[in-house]
Amino acid sequence: MLDKKRKKEEPEINGSSLADIAFLLLIFFLVVTTINVDAGIGLVLPPIPDETTPPPPVRDRNLLNILVDAQGRVLMDGEITSIPEVRELVKEFVDNPNNSPDLSETPDDAVVSIKTDRRTSYNIYINMLDEVMGAYAELRNSASQSRFGVPYDSLEDDSVEKGEINDLYPKRISIAEPDEG
Amino acid sequence: MSKFKKKQAETKQAVPTSAMPDVVFMLLIFFMVTTVLREVELQVQINYTQAENIQKIEQKRLVSYVYIGPQRLGNNRLGETKVQIDDTLVDDMGAIRNIMYEKLMDEPRLIVSLKVDQDSEFGIITDVQQELRHAGTLRINYSTLREI
Repeated sequence: MLDKKRKKEEPEINGSSLADIAFLLLIFFLVVTTINVDAGIGLVLPPIPDETTPPPPVRDRNLLNILVDAQGRVLMDGEITSIPEVRELVKEFVDNPNNSPDLSETPDDAVVSIKTDRRTSYNIYINMLDEVMGAYAELRNSASQSRFGVPYDSLEDDSVEKGEINDLYPKRISIAEPDEG
Repeated sequence: MSKFKKKQAETKQAVPTSAMPDVVFMLLIFFMVTTVLREVELQVQINYTQAENIQKIEQKRLVSYVYIGPQRLGNNRLGETKVQIDDTLVDDMGAIRNIMYEKLMDEPRLIVSLKVDQDSEFGIITDVQQELRHAGTLRINYSTLREI
């Protein structure tokens, strides 16, 4: 008798609250999640120079020295420059449209060397670096527009086109050796 | 017209909800996977600078953070500018070299994200950069906000 009764009862776990539990967990993770995208100005530091091998010589005309001093002034090749002017000057230096003998021979040779003082404000440094990056971005963009008719940003990563533009305008930004003391 | 109304009334209106838990679970698993729970407790105050020409770091796994800013002392007071890596303040600059070298051994494509307070002086950043160069972690990223 007892056995028969048991057979009739279907053993089943009530699963109706499963959705509620899942929702609760879901809401918890929704609240906790912070989808913050890390963004910033990327740079590659120069390696520590080897004492045995001297650094490769860079011709003076191919080198653009930018100094940000303790007072927050930006000096490009010794001349005081305001930050909004930096972009145009870097573009002119790298591209050298008029083949001036003082500016870089080819965009491939151009090196932008950045030097700072120990008491330089970080904010001003970033603003200056932003302008330099902006100059390269504009040059690459215009090269991409004229060659492929599309903006640089729309080129796919690791594509041949992007590589070609990057070879045309390589970002050679160098952090100068800090002064001793 | 009345014919149509009758027909509509006869059809079942209930939406099947049996698949709802599955959908919810799928969302749940998505958020569980994407969530990064371990946020470092910042011991330094950082107000980010803004910049226009920034690039996103797509692969978060490669990133290691260095925080530089005035130390928080409690009662909203701020101390000297300090360097924080992971959960500890680094007082000895020379230690950064070893920390970063070990991290580089674990992840050869390491990117060091420098999260620096905007009012910092550049000297301390120069020191950190020199240490990074010695460690061989050359790819860096100055973390900034997007300028609006």
